[in-house]
Amino acid sequence: MNGATIASRSIKVDYLTRVEGEGSITVKLKGDQVQDVQFQIFEPPRLFEAFLRGRHYLETPDIVARICGICPVAYQMSAVHALERILDITVDPAVRLLRRLLYCGEWIESHTLHVFMLQAPDFMGFPDAIRMAAKHRELVELALRLKKIGNQLMIVLGGREIHPISVTVGGFHKVPTKAALRALVDDLAWARDTSIAAARIVAGLEFPDFEQDYEFVSLSHPDEYPLNEGRLVSNKGLDIDVSEFGSQFIEQQVKHSNALPCRLRERGSYLVGPLARFNLNFSKLPEAAQQVASECGVAPPCLNPFRGIVVRAVELVFACEEALRLIAQYEPPAAPRVKADVRAGIGHAATEAPRGVLYHRYEIDERGLILKAQIVPPTAQNQKRIEDDLWHFVPQLAALSLDKITAQCEHAVRNYDPCISCATHFVKVERVD
Amino acid sequence: MLVLGCGHPDRGDDAAGPLAARRLREMGIDSREQSGDALSLMDAWQDADEVVLIDAVVSGGRPGAVTMCDALAAPLVGRPRGSSHALGLAEAIALGRTLGRLPRRLTLCGIEARRFELGEPPSKAVLRGVERAARKIYEHCVDQRRPAV
Repeated sequence: MNGATIASRSIKVDYLTRVEGEGSITVKLKGDQVQDVQFQIFEPPRLFEAFLRGRHYLETPDIVARICGICPVAYQMSAVHALERILDITVDPAVRLLRRLLYCGEWIESHTLHVFMLQAPDFMGFPDAIRMAAKHRELVELALRLKKIGNQLMIVLGGREIHPISVTVGGFHKVPTKAALRALVDDLAWARDTSIAAARIVAGLEFPDFEQDYEFVSLSHPDEYPLNEGRLVSNKGLDIDVSEFGSQFIEQQVKHSNALPCRLRERGSYLVGPLARFNLNFSKLPEAAQQVASECGVAPPCLNPFRGIVVRAVELVFACEEALRLIAQYEPPAAPRVKADVRAGIGHAATEAPRGVLYHRYEIDERGLILKAQIVPPTAQNQKRIEDDLWHFVPQLAALSLDKITAQCEHAVRNYDPCISCATHFVKVERVD
Repeated sequence: MLVLGCGHPDRGDDAAGPLAARRLREMGIDSREQSGDALSLMDAWQDADEVVLIDAVVSGGRPGAVTMCDALAAPLVGRPRGSSHALGLAEAIALGRTLGRLPRRLTLCGIEARRFELGEPPSKAVLRGVERAARKIYEHCVDQRRPAV
Protein backbone atom coordinates (compact mmCIF):
# COMPACT_ATOMS: atom_id res chain seq x y z
CA MET A 1 0.00 0.00 0.00
CA ASN A 2 1.40 3.43 -0.88
CA GLY A 3 -0.07 5.21 2.10
CA ALA A 4 -2.14 7.55 -0.03
CA THR A 5 -5.24 5.48 0.47
CA ILE A 6 -6.79 4.12 3.58
CA ALA A 7 -7.95 0.58 3.29
CA SER A 8 -11.65 -0.06 3.60
CA ARG A 9 -12.57 -3.32 5.22
CA SER A 10 -15.90 -4.98 5.70
CA ILE A 11 -16.32 -7.51 8.43
CA LYS A 12 -19.32 -9.64 7.78
CA VAL A 13 -20.16 -12.47 10.11
CA ASP A 14 -22.86 -14.28 8.24
CA TYR A 15 -23.55 -17.14 10.55
CA LEU A 16 -23.56 -15.73 14.00
CA THR A 17 -23.02 -18.88 15.99
CA ARG A 18 -23.79 -19.61 19.61
CA VAL A 19 -26.67 -17.17 19.81
CA GLU A 20 -30.23 -18.42 20.01
CA GLY A 21 -31.67 -18.22 16.52
CA GLU A 22 -29.89 -16.67 13.58
CA GLY A 23 -28.52 -13.23 12.92
CA SER A 24 -25.54 -11.56 11.33
CA ILE A 25 -23.45 -8.52 11.88
CA THR A 26 -21.78 -6.31 9.31
CA VAL A 27 -19.16 -3.81 10.35
CA LYS A 28 -17.61 -1.50 7.74
CA LEU A 29 -14.24 -0.28 8.79
CA LYS A 30 -12.06 2.34 7.06
CA GLY A 31 -8.65 2.47 8.67
CA ASP A 32 -9.53 2.52 12.34
CA GLN A 33 -12.79 4.36 11.76
CA VAL A 34 -16.07 2.49 11.81
CA GLN A 35 -18.22 3.49 8.84
CA ASP A 36 -21.28 1.43 9.53
CA VAL A 37 -22.58 -1.29 11.82
CA GLN A 38 -25.64 -3.37 11.13
CA PHE A 39 -26.94 -6.15 13.32
CA GLN A 40 -29.16 -7.99 10.90
CA ILE A 41 -31.98 -10.27 11.85
CA PHE A 42 -33.20 -11.94 8.69
CA GLU A 43 -35.91 -14.44 9.31
CA PRO A 44 -39.34 -13.30 8.25
CA PRO A 45 -41.37 -11.58 10.94
CA ARG A 46 -42.88 -14.08 13.25
CA LEU A 47 -46.33 -12.59 13.10
CA PHE A 48 -47.27 -13.87 16.53
CA GLU A 49 -48.88 -10.54 17.29
CA ALA A 50 -51.02 -10.94 14.18
CA PHE A 51 -52.13 -14.48 14.68
CA LEU A 52 -53.10 -13.86 18.30
CA ARG A 53 -55.83 -11.57 16.99
CA GLY A 54 -59.22 -13.23 17.16
CA ARG A 55 -58.03 -15.96 19.54
CA HIS A 56 -59.58 -16.34 22.98
CA TYR A 57 -57.46 -14.82 25.72
CA LEU A 58 -57.18 -18.17 27.51
CA GLU A 59 -55.25 -19.56 24.54
CA THR A 60 -52.57 -16.89 24.89
CA PRO A 61 -50.17 -18.56 27.38
CA ASP A 62 -49.88 -21.69 25.24
CA ILE A 63 -49.48 -19.75 21.98
CA VAL A 64 -46.85 -17.30 23.18
CA ALA A 65 -44.85 -20.07 24.88
CA ARG A 66 -44.02 -21.24 21.35
CA ILE A 67 -42.18 -18.03 20.55
CA CYS A 68 -39.04 -19.30 22.24
CA GLY A 69 -37.71 -22.68 23.33
CA ILE A 70 -35.31 -21.08 25.79
CA CYS A 71 -37.58 -18.55 27.50
CA PRO A 72 -41.18 -19.80 27.13
CA VAL A 73 -41.92 -19.01 30.80
CA ALA A 74 -41.09 -15.36 30.22
CA TYR A 75 -43.63 -15.17 27.39
CA GLN A 76 -46.25 -16.93 29.46
CA MET A 77 -45.65 -14.76 32.50
CA SER A 78 -45.82 -11.43 30.66
CA ALA A 79 -48.99 -12.63 28.91
CA VAL A 80 -50.86 -13.83 32.01
CA HIS A 81 -49.95 -10.73 34.01
CA ALA A 82 -51.16 -8.42 31.23
CA LEU A 83 -54.41 -10.32 30.83
CA GLU A 84 -54.97 -10.48 34.59
CA ARG A 85 -54.66 -6.69 34.68
CA ILE A 86 -57.57 -6.48 32.25
CA LEU A 87 -59.69 -8.91 34.24
CA ASP A 88 -58.65 -7.41 37.59
CA ILE A 89 -57.47 -10.78 38.87
CA THR A 90 -55.34 -11.02 41.98
CA VAL A 91 -53.80 -14.45 42.24
CA ASP A 92 -53.37 -16.50 45.40
CA PRO A 93 -50.03 -15.73 47.12
CA ALA A 94 -49.05 -19.38 46.63
CA VAL A 95 -49.65 -19.01 42.88
CA ARG A 96 -47.50 -15.91 42.88
CA LEU A 97 -44.78 -17.92 44.63
CA LEU A 98 -45.03 -20.76 42.13
CA ARG A 99 -44.76 -18.39 39.19
CA ARG A 100 -41.61 -16.93 40.66
CA LEU A 101 -40.29 -20.44 41.20
CA LEU A 102 -41.08 -21.43 37.61
CA TYR A 103 -39.18 -18.37 36.45
CA CYS A 104 -36.19 -19.46 38.59
CA GLY A 105 -36.21 -22.77 36.67
CA GLU A 106 -36.04 -20.91 33.37
CA TRP A 107 -33.25 -18.64 34.58
CA ILE A 108 -31.23 -21.65 35.75
CA GLU A 109 -31.65 -23.37 32.36
CA SER A 110 -30.97 -20.29 30.29
CA HIS A 111 -28.11 -18.79 32.30
CA THR A 112 -26.37 -22.17 32.50
CA LEU A 113 -26.59 -22.62 28.74
CA HIS A 114 -25.25 -19.15 28.07
CA VAL A 115 -22.51 -18.92 30.69
CA PHE A 116 -20.98 -22.35 30.17
CA MET A 117 -21.89 -23.52 26.69
CA LEU A 118 -22.17 -20.35 24.62
CA GLN A 119 -20.03 -17.64 26.19
CA ALA A 120 -17.29 -19.45 28.13
CA PRO A 121 -15.70 -20.77 24.89
CA ASP A 122 -15.14 -17.14 23.81
CA PHE A 123 -13.19 -16.33 26.93
CA MET A 124 -11.32 -19.62 27.08
CA GLY A 125 -10.21 -19.55 23.44
CA PHE A 126 -12.28 -22.38 22.02
CA PRO A 127 -14.44 -22.24 18.91
CA ASP A 128 -17.29 -23.98 20.68
CA ALA A 129 -18.35 -25.91 23.77
CA ILE A 130 -17.50 -29.26 22.17
CA ARG A 131 -13.85 -28.34 21.71
CA MET A 132 -13.89 -26.77 25.19
CA ALA A 133 -15.26 -30.01 26.66
CA ALA A 134 -12.19 -31.90 25.51
CA LYS A 135 -9.99 -29.72 27.75
CA HIS A 136 -12.46 -28.70 30.47
CA ARG A 137 -14.63 -31.73 30.88
CA GLU A 138 -15.57 -30.89 34.50
CA LEU A 139 -16.95 -27.50 33.51
CA VAL A 140 -19.19 -28.98 30.85
CA GLU A 141 -20.31 -31.86 33.09
CA LEU A 142 -21.17 -29.30 35.75
CA ALA A 143 -23.19 -27.30 33.20
CA LEU A 144 -25.08 -30.39 32.11
CA ARG A 145 -26.09 -31.16 35.67
CA LEU A 146 -27.05 -27.56 36.43
CA LYS A 147 -29.22 -27.35 33.36
CA LYS A 148 -30.88 -30.64 34.23
CA ILE A 149 -31.82 -29.21 37.63
CA GLY A 150 -33.42 -26.23 35.93
CA ASN A 151 -35.24 -28.67 33.64
CA GLN A 152 -36.53 -30.65 36.64
CA LEU A 153 -37.97 -27.52 38.20
CA MET A 154 -39.71 -26.76 34.90
CA ILE A 155 -41.07 -30.30 34.65
CA VAL A 156 -42.47 -30.33 38.20
CA LEU A 157 -44.13 -26.92 37.80
CA GLY A 158 -44.80 -26.72 34.09
CA GLY A 159 -45.42 -30.31 33.11
CA ARG A 160 -42.43 -30.46 30.77
CA GLU A 161 -39.01 -28.89 30.42
CA ILE A 162 -39.89 -26.53 27.56
CA HIS A 163 -43.15 -24.87 26.59
CA PRO A 164 -44.82 -25.50 29.96
CA ILE A 165 -48.46 -26.55 29.79
CA SER A 166 -49.63 -25.76 33.32
CA VAL A 167 -49.68 -21.96 33.17
CA THR A 168 -53.02 -20.21 32.71
CA VAL A 169 -54.60 -16.83 33.30
CA GLY A 170 -55.46 -16.70 37.02
CA GLY A 171 -52.97 -19.35 38.11
CA PHE A 172 -52.10 -22.88 37.08
CA HIS A 173 -54.09 -25.79 35.69
CA LYS A 174 -52.38 -27.96 38.29
CA VAL A 175 -50.08 -27.12 41.19
CA PRO A 176 -47.39 -29.35 42.67
CA THR A 177 -47.51 -30.94 46.10
CA LYS A 178 -45.14 -29.83 48.82
CA ALA A 179 -43.43 -33.21 48.58
CA ALA A 180 -42.83 -32.83 44.83
CA LEU A 181 -41.03 -29.54 45.43
CA ARG A 182 -39.16 -30.72 48.51
CA ALA A 183 -37.74 -33.55 46.40
CA LEU A 184 -35.82 -30.90 44.44
CA VAL A 185 -34.11 -29.33 47.45
CA ASP A 186 -30.94 -31.43 47.52
CA ASP A 187 -30.29 -30.85 43.84
CA LEU A 188 -30.99 -27.13 44.15
CA ALA A 189 -28.64 -26.84 47.13
CA TRP A 190 -25.97 -28.53 45.01
CA ALA A 191 -26.80 -26.14 42.17
CA ARG A 192 -26.44 -23.11 44.44
CA ASP A 193 -23.07 -24.24 45.79
CA THR A 194 -21.87 -25.15 42.32
CA SER A 195 -23.03 -21.82 40.93
CA ILE A 196 -20.99 -20.04 43.57
CA ALA A 197 -17.92 -22.04 42.59
CA ALA A 198 -18.65 -21.43 38.92
CA ALA A 199 -18.98 -17.68 39.45
CA ARG A 200 -15.51 -17.68 40.98
CA ILE A 201 -14.18 -19.54 37.94
CA VAL A 202 -15.66 -17.13 35.40
CA ALA A 203 -14.51 -14.16 37.47
CA GLY A 204 -10.95 -15.31 36.80
CA LEU A 205 -11.31 -14.95 33.03
CA GLU A 206 -9.70 -12.06 31.15
CA PHE A 207 -12.07 -9.28 30.16
CA PRO A 208 -11.49 -6.75 27.38
CA ASP A 209 -11.10 -3.22 28.66
CA PHE A 210 -14.37 -1.73 27.44
CA GLU A 211 -16.92 0.35 29.30
CA GLN A 212 -19.87 2.37 28.03
CA ASP A 213 -22.17 4.99 29.48
CA TYR A 214 -25.22 2.75 29.28
CA GLU A 215 -28.79 3.53 30.11
CA PHE A 216 -29.76 0.38 32.00
CA VAL A 217 -33.46 -0.49 32.06
CA SER A 218 -35.07 -3.15 34.21
CA LEU A 219 -37.99 -3.82 36.45
CA SER A 220 -37.66 -2.77 40.06
CA HIS A 221 -39.69 -4.17 42.91
CA PRO A 222 -39.58 -2.68 46.41
CA ASP A 223 -38.79 -5.97 48.14
CA GLU A 224 -37.49 -8.48 45.62
CA TYR A 225 -34.97 -8.98 42.88
CA PRO A 226 -37.25 -8.51 39.87
CA LEU A 227 -38.81 -11.40 38.01
CA ASN A 228 -42.56 -10.99 37.54
CA GLU A 229 -43.41 -7.53 38.76
CA GLY A 230 -42.19 -4.01 39.28
CA ARG A 231 -41.92 -0.55 37.82
CA LEU A 232 -39.74 0.11 34.81
CA VAL A 233 -36.71 2.07 35.95
CA SER A 234 -33.37 3.18 34.59
CA ASN A 235 -30.15 4.69 35.91
CA LYS A 236 -30.99 7.88 33.98
CA GLY A 237 -34.27 8.82 35.56
CA LEU A 238 -36.87 6.53 34.03
CA ASP A 239 -39.42 5.41 36.63
CA ILE A 240 -42.77 4.46 35.12
CA ASP A 241 -45.60 2.03 35.48
CA VAL A 242 -45.41 -0.69 32.85
CA SER A 243 -48.61 0.66 31.26
CA GLU A 244 -46.62 3.75 30.19
CA PHE A 245 -44.18 1.65 28.13
CA GLY A 246 -45.66 2.86 24.83
CA SER A 247 -45.21 6.49 25.76
CA GLN A 248 -41.50 6.11 26.54
CA PHE A 249 -40.25 3.36 24.25
CA ILE A 250 -40.45 3.48 20.46
CA GLU A 251 -40.30 0.44 18.20
CA GLN A 252 -38.82 1.32 14.80
CA GLN A 253 -38.71 -0.51 11.51
CA VAL A 254 -35.27 -0.65 9.92
CA LYS A 255 -34.42 -2.03 6.48
CA HIS A 256 -31.70 -4.37 7.64
CA SER A 257 -33.68 -6.28 10.27
CA ASN A 258 -36.94 -8.12 10.56
CA ALA A 259 -37.09 -7.38 14.27
CA LEU A 260 -38.18 -3.96 15.47
CA PRO A 261 -35.31 -2.25 17.31
CA CYS A 262 -36.55 -0.30 20.28
CA ARG A 263 -35.32 3.03 21.64
CA LEU A 264 -36.09 5.31 24.52
CA ARG A 265 -37.87 8.44 23.42
CA GLU A 266 -35.41 11.35 22.98
CA ARG A 267 -32.57 9.25 24.42
CA GLY A 268 -31.86 6.36 22.06
CA SER A 269 -30.44 2.95 22.78
CA TYR A 270 -30.59 1.28 26.16
CA LEU A 271 -29.59 -2.03 27.69
CA VAL A 272 -31.84 -4.67 29.26
CA GLY A 273 -30.74 -7.95 30.82
CA PRO A 274 -28.62 -9.22 33.69
CA LEU A 275 -26.26 -6.23 33.75
CA ALA A 276 -29.22 -3.82 34.00
CA ARG A 277 -30.98 -5.87 36.66
CA PHE A 278 -27.81 -6.23 38.68
CA ASN A 279 -26.90 -2.55 38.51
CA LEU A 280 -30.41 -1.36 39.36
CA ASN A 281 -31.39 -3.98 41.93
CA PHE A 282 -28.18 -5.05 43.64
CA SER A 283 -29.54 -4.41 47.14
CA LYS A 284 -32.42 -6.87 46.48
CA LEU A 285 -30.10 -9.77 45.80
CA PRO A 286 -29.89 -12.29 48.63
CA GLU A 287 -26.83 -11.96 50.82
CA ALA A 288 -25.20 -15.07 49.34
CA ALA A 289 -25.40 -13.61 45.82
CA GLN A 290 -24.14 -10.19 46.97
CA GLN A 291 -21.24 -11.90 48.71
CA VAL A 292 -20.35 -13.86 45.57
CA ALA A 293 -20.50 -10.69 43.48
CA SER A 294 -18.15 -8.98 45.90
CA GLU A 295 -15.70 -11.90 45.84
CA CYS A 296 -15.88 -11.92 42.04
CA GLY A 297 -15.06 -8.23 41.75
CA VAL A 298 -18.34 -7.06 40.26
CA ALA A 299 -20.26 -4.24 41.90
CA PRO A 300 -22.80 -1.75 40.62
CA PRO A 301 -22.36 0.08 38.39
CA CYS A 302 -20.71 -2.58 36.27
CA LEU A 303 -20.21 -0.89 32.90
CA ASN A 304 -18.19 -3.56 31.10
CA PRO A 305 -20.55 -5.78 29.07
CA PHE A 306 -17.94 -8.55 28.92
CA ARG A 307 -18.22 -8.87 32.71
CA GLY A 308 -21.84 -9.72 32.11
CA ILE A 309 -20.80 -13.38 32.22
CA VAL A 310 -19.90 -12.92 35.89
CA VAL A 311 -23.14 -11.08 36.59
CA ARG A 312 -25.07 -13.86 34.88
CA ALA A 313 -23.29 -16.37 37.11
CA VAL A 314 -24.26 -14.27 40.16
CA GLU A 315 -27.87 -14.36 38.94
CA LEU A 316 -27.55 -18.12 38.67
CA VAL A 317 -26.65 -18.18 42.37
CA PHE A 318 -29.67 -15.95 43.01
CA ALA A 319 -32.04 -18.21 41.04
CA CYS A 320 -30.95 -21.30 42.98
CA GLU A 321 -31.07 -19.51 46.34
CA GLU A 322 -34.46 -18.00 45.54
CA ALA A 323 -35.84 -21.37 44.43
CA LEU A 324 -34.77 -22.89 47.75
CA ARG A 325 -36.35 -20.02 49.70
CA LEU A 326 -39.63 -20.32 47.79
CA ILE A 327 -39.82 -24.09 48.20
CA ALA A 328 -39.27 -23.74 51.95
CA GLN A 329 -42.22 -21.33 52.14
CA TYR A 330 -44.59 -23.20 49.85
CA GLU A 331 -48.07 -24.21 50.97
CA PRO A 332 -50.37 -25.27 48.12
CA PRO A 333 -53.10 -22.75 47.29
CA ALA A 334 -56.74 -23.44 48.16
CA ALA A 335 -57.48 -23.40 44.43
CA PRO A 336 -54.91 -23.51 41.64
CA ARG A 337 -56.68 -20.89 39.61
CA VAL A 338 -58.80 -17.77 40.14
CA LYS A 339 -61.56 -17.38 37.58
CA ALA A 340 -62.98 -14.03 36.56
CA ASP A 341 -65.74 -12.70 34.37
CA VAL A 342 -64.62 -11.64 30.93
CA ARG A 343 -64.63 -7.97 30.13
CA ALA A 344 -63.20 -5.77 27.45
CA GLY A 345 -60.05 -3.84 28.16
CA ILE A 346 -56.37 -3.19 27.64
CA GLY A 347 -53.65 -4.70 29.80
CA HIS A 348 -49.88 -4.31 29.97
CA ALA A 349 -47.17 -6.29 31.74
CA ALA A 350 -43.44 -6.67 31.72
CA THR A 351 -41.43 -9.43 33.31
CA GLU A 352 -37.72 -10.19 33.41
CA ALA A 353 -36.85 -12.83 30.81
CA PRO A 354 -33.31 -14.21 31.30
CA ARG A 355 -32.19 -11.73 28.61
CA GLY A 356 -34.11 -8.76 29.99
CA VAL A 357 -37.41 -6.93 30.04
CA LEU A 358 -40.19 -8.59 28.02
CA TYR A 359 -43.19 -6.32 27.48
CA HIS A 360 -46.68 -7.48 26.42
CA ARG A 361 -49.81 -5.45 25.72
CA TYR A 362 -53.22 -6.97 24.92
CA GLU A 363 -56.56 -5.53 23.98
CA ILE A 364 -59.53 -7.88 24.31
CA ASP A 365 -63.24 -7.47 23.61
CA GLU A 366 -66.22 -8.32 25.80
CA ARG A 367 -66.16 -11.95 24.54
CA GLY A 368 -62.54 -12.34 25.57
CA LEU A 369 -61.21 -12.33 22.01
CA ILE A 370 -57.90 -10.61 21.38
CA LEU A 371 -58.23 -7.48 19.27
CA LYS A 372 -54.59 -6.47 19.39
CA ALA A 373 -51.36 -7.87 20.81
CA GLN A 374 -47.96 -6.24 21.15
CA ILE A 375 -44.87 -8.20 22.18
CA VAL A 376 -41.53 -6.45 22.67
CA PRO A 377 -38.77 -9.00 23.39
CA PRO A 378 -35.48 -8.12 25.08
CA THR A 379 -33.28 -8.82 22.07
CA ALA A 380 -35.24 -6.32 19.97
CA GLN A 381 -34.71 -3.79 22.76
CA ASN A 382 -30.98 -4.52 22.87
CA GLN A 383 -30.54 -4.55 19.09
CA LYS A 384 -29.63 -0.86 18.82
CA ARG A 385 -27.42 -1.10 21.89
CA ILE A 386 -25.54 -4.05 20.37
CA GLU A 387 -24.83 -1.94 17.27
CA ASP A 388 -23.73 0.98 19.46
CA ASP A 389 -21.33 -1.29 21.37
CA LEU A 390 -19.72 -2.36 18.10
CA TRP A 391 -19.37 1.25 16.91
CA HIS A 392 -17.31 1.94 20.01
CA PHE A 393 -15.57 -1.40 20.45
CA VAL A 394 -14.25 -2.03 16.92
CA PRO A 395 -11.88 1.00 16.70
CA GLN A 396 -9.78 -0.42 19.52
CA LEU A 397 -9.44 -3.64 17.50
CA ALA A 398 -8.48 -1.99 14.21
CA ALA A 399 -4.86 -3.18 14.29
CA LEU A 400 -5.93 -6.82 14.47
CA SER A 401 -6.47 -9.18 11.57
CA LEU A 402 -9.96 -9.44 10.14
CA ASP A 403 -10.34 -12.88 11.66
CA LYS A 404 -9.54 -11.58 15.12
CA ILE A 405 -11.79 -8.53 14.75
CA THR A 406 -14.56 -10.82 13.60
CA ALA A 407 -14.14 -13.12 16.58
CA GLN A 408 -14.11 -10.18 18.97
CA CYS A 409 -17.26 -8.74 17.39
CA GLU A 410 -19.03 -12.06 17.79
CA HIS A 411 -17.89 -12.13 21.38
CA ALA A 412 -19.26 -8.63 21.96
CA VAL A 413 -22.63 -9.59 20.48
CA ARG A 414 -22.84 -12.74 22.58
CA ASN A 415 -22.47 -10.59 25.71
CA TYR A 416 -26.16 -9.86 25.17
CA ASP A 417 -27.14 -13.53 24.88
CA PRO A 418 -29.31 -12.48 21.97
CA CYS A 419 -32.34 -14.66 21.57
CA ILE A 420 -32.93 -14.02 17.91
CA SER A 421 -35.59 -16.66 17.73
CA CYS A 422 -37.66 -14.39 19.96
CA ALA A 423 -36.87 -11.19 18.12
CA THR A 424 -37.21 -12.84 14.68
CA HIS A 425 -34.12 -13.98 12.56
CA PHE A 426 -31.69 -15.70 9.96
CA VAL A 427 -28.13 -15.70 8.31
CA LYS A 428 -25.49 -16.62 5.59
CA VAL A 429 -21.68 -16.48 5.36
CA GLU A 430 -19.59 -13.93 3.47
CA ARG A 431 -16.60 -11.87 4.31
CA VAL A 432 -15.41 -8.95 2.19
CA ASP A 433 -12.00 -7.27 2.34
CA MET B 1 -34.91 -48.94 23.66
CA LEU B 2 -35.54 -45.21 23.82
CA VAL B 3 -37.41 -43.49 20.98
CA LEU B 4 -37.13 -39.70 20.72
CA GLY B 5 -38.94 -37.48 18.21
CA CYS B 6 -37.15 -34.14 17.84
CA GLY B 7 -38.29 -30.86 16.38
CA HIS B 8 -40.65 -27.94 16.68
CA PRO B 9 -44.29 -28.96 16.35
CA ASP B 10 -45.32 -25.57 14.98
CA ARG B 11 -42.61 -25.00 12.43
CA GLY B 12 -43.70 -26.61 9.18
CA ASP B 13 -41.89 -29.84 8.33
CA ASP B 14 -39.83 -29.59 11.53
CA ALA B 15 -42.86 -31.18 13.22
CA ALA B 16 -41.97 -34.54 11.63
CA GLY B 17 -40.11 -35.87 14.69
CA PRO B 18 -42.71 -35.00 17.35
CA LEU B 19 -45.54 -36.23 15.08
CA ALA B 20 -43.80 -39.56 14.53
CA ALA B 21 -43.31 -39.90 18.31
CA ARG B 22 -47.05 -39.28 18.81
CA ARG B 23 -47.95 -41.81 16.13
CA LEU B 24 -45.70 -44.40 17.75
CA ARG B 25 -47.41 -43.86 21.09
CA GLU B 26 -50.73 -44.56 19.38
CA MET B 27 -49.17 -47.79 18.12
CA GLY B 28 -48.17 -48.74 21.66
CA ILE B 29 -44.49 -47.81 21.47
CA ASP B 30 -43.20 -45.67 24.30
CA SER B 31 -41.69 -42.60 22.68
CA ARG B 32 -40.89 -39.07 23.81
CA GLU B 33 -40.99 -35.70 22.14
CA GLN B 34 -37.91 -33.53 22.41
CA SER B 35 -37.02 -30.04 21.29
CA GLY B 36 -33.70 -31.27 19.91
CA ASP B 37 -31.67 -29.18 22.35
CA ALA B 38 -28.30 -30.88 22.73
CA LEU B 39 -28.15 -30.84 26.51
CA SER B 40 -31.65 -32.24 26.88
CA LEU B 41 -30.88 -34.96 24.33
CA MET B 42 -27.77 -36.00 26.21
CA ASP B 43 -29.75 -36.04 29.41
CA ALA B 44 -32.52 -38.11 27.84
CA TRP B 45 -30.21 -40.79 26.48
CA GLN B 46 -27.85 -40.84 29.45
CA ASP B 47 -28.88 -44.30 30.70
CA ALA B 48 -30.12 -45.74 27.43
CA ASP B 49 -28.39 -48.58 25.64
CA GLU B 50 -30.13 -48.11 22.32
CA VAL B 51 -31.76 -44.93 21.03
CA VAL B 52 -33.78 -44.25 17.91
CA LEU B 53 -34.00 -40.57 17.15
CA ILE B 54 -36.53 -39.24 14.65
CA ASP B 55 -35.84 -35.82 13.20
CA ALA B 56 -36.47 -33.69 10.13
CA VAL B 57 -33.41 -33.71 7.87
CA VAL B 58 -32.38 -31.65 4.87
CA SER B 59 -30.18 -33.69 2.52
CA GLY B 60 -31.56 -32.68 -0.86
CA GLY B 61 -33.87 -35.69 -1.11
CA ARG B 62 -37.57 -35.87 -1.89
CA PRO B 63 -39.74 -34.36 0.90
CA GLY B 64 -41.09 -37.11 3.10
CA ALA B 65 -38.36 -39.62 2.19
CA VAL B 66 -37.35 -41.69 5.20
CA THR B 67 -33.76 -42.68 5.82
CA MET B 68 -32.42 -44.77 8.69
CA CYS B 69 -28.73 -44.50 9.50
CA ASP B 70 -26.23 -45.18 12.23
CA ALA B 71 -25.77 -41.71 13.74
CA LEU B 72 -22.57 -42.78 15.50
CA ALA B 73 -20.83 -44.01 12.37
CA ALA B 74 -19.82 -40.60 10.99
CA PRO B 75 -20.12 -37.03 12.21
CA LEU B 76 -23.38 -35.37 11.25
CA VAL B 77 -22.94 -32.19 9.28
CA GLY B 78 -24.68 -28.91 10.00
CA ARG B 79 -28.18 -28.35 11.22
CA PRO B 80 -31.48 -27.44 9.64
CA ARG B 81 -31.50 -23.75 8.81
CA GLY B 82 -34.91 -23.42 10.37
CA SER B 83 -33.68 -24.52 13.76
CA SER B 84 -33.43 -21.84 16.38
CA HIS B 85 -31.46 -24.02 18.76
CA ALA B 86 -27.89 -23.07 19.36
CA LEU B 87 -26.80 -26.64 20.00
CA GLY B 88 -28.61 -29.39 18.18
CA LEU B 89 -28.32 -33.10 17.38
CA ALA B 90 -24.95 -32.92 15.64
CA GLU B 91 -23.53 -31.05 18.62
CA ALA B 92 -25.17 -33.46 21.07
CA ILE B 93 -23.45 -36.40 19.40
CA ALA B 94 -20.10 -34.60 19.19
CA LEU B 95 -20.33 -33.49 22.82
CA GLY B 96 -21.54 -36.92 23.92
CA ARG B 97 -18.56 -38.49 22.16
CA THR B 98 -16.15 -36.10 23.88
CA LEU B 99 -17.68 -36.74 27.30
CA GLY B 100 -18.26 -40.46 26.80
CA ARG B 101 -22.00 -39.93 27.10
CA LEU B 102 -23.39 -41.73 24.10
CA PRO B 103 -25.71 -44.70 23.96
CA ARG B 104 -24.23 -47.91 22.57
CA ARG B 105 -26.42 -47.61 19.49
CA LEU B 106 -27.96 -44.43 18.11
CA THR B 107 -30.08 -44.77 15.00
CA LEU B 108 -31.23 -41.63 13.22
CA CYS B 109 -34.52 -41.90 11.40
CA GLY B 110 -34.47 -38.86 9.14
CA ILE B 111 -37.59 -37.56 7.45
CA GLU B 112 -36.68 -35.34 4.52
CA ALA B 113 -38.05 -31.85 5.10
CA ARG B 114 -38.11 -28.65 3.11
CA ARG B 115 -40.18 -25.91 4.75
CA PHE B 116 -39.70 -24.57 8.25
CA GLU B 117 -42.03 -21.56 8.43
CA LEU B 118 -43.26 -20.83 11.90
CA GLY B 119 -46.95 -21.47 12.41
CA GLU B 120 -47.25 -23.50 9.20
CA PRO B 121 -48.37 -27.14 9.18
CA PRO B 122 -46.09 -29.86 7.78
CA SER B 123 -46.52 -30.71 4.10
CA LYS B 124 -48.61 -33.70 3.02
CA ALA B 125 -45.47 -35.43 1.74
CA VAL B 126 -43.84 -35.09 5.15
CA LEU B 127 -46.99 -36.34 6.89
CA ARG B 128 -46.82 -39.46 4.69
CA GLY B 129 -43.16 -39.73 5.65
CA VAL B 130 -44.13 -39.55 9.32
CA GLU B 131 -46.42 -42.56 8.86
CA ARG B 132 -43.72 -44.53 7.01
CA ALA B 133 -41.15 -43.66 9.65
CA ALA B 134 -43.47 -44.71 12.47
CA ARG B 135 -44.13 -48.07 10.80
CA LYS B 136 -40.41 -48.68 10.23
CA ILE B 137 -39.60 -47.92 13.85
CA TYR B 138 -42.55 -49.97 15.06
CA GLU B 139 -41.25 -52.98 13.15
CA HIS B 140 -37.74 -52.31 14.44
CA CYS B 141 -39.03 -52.22 18.04
CA VAL B 142 -41.10 -55.37 17.59
CA ASP B 143 -38.05 -57.15 16.15
CA GLN B 144 -36.01 -56.08 19.15
CA ARG B 145 -38.63 -57.46 21.54
CA ARG B 146 -38.96 -60.81 19.74
CA PRO B 147 -36.97 -63.46 21.58
CA ALA B 148 -34.00 -64.85 19.65
CA VAL B 149 -34.67 -68.30 18.18
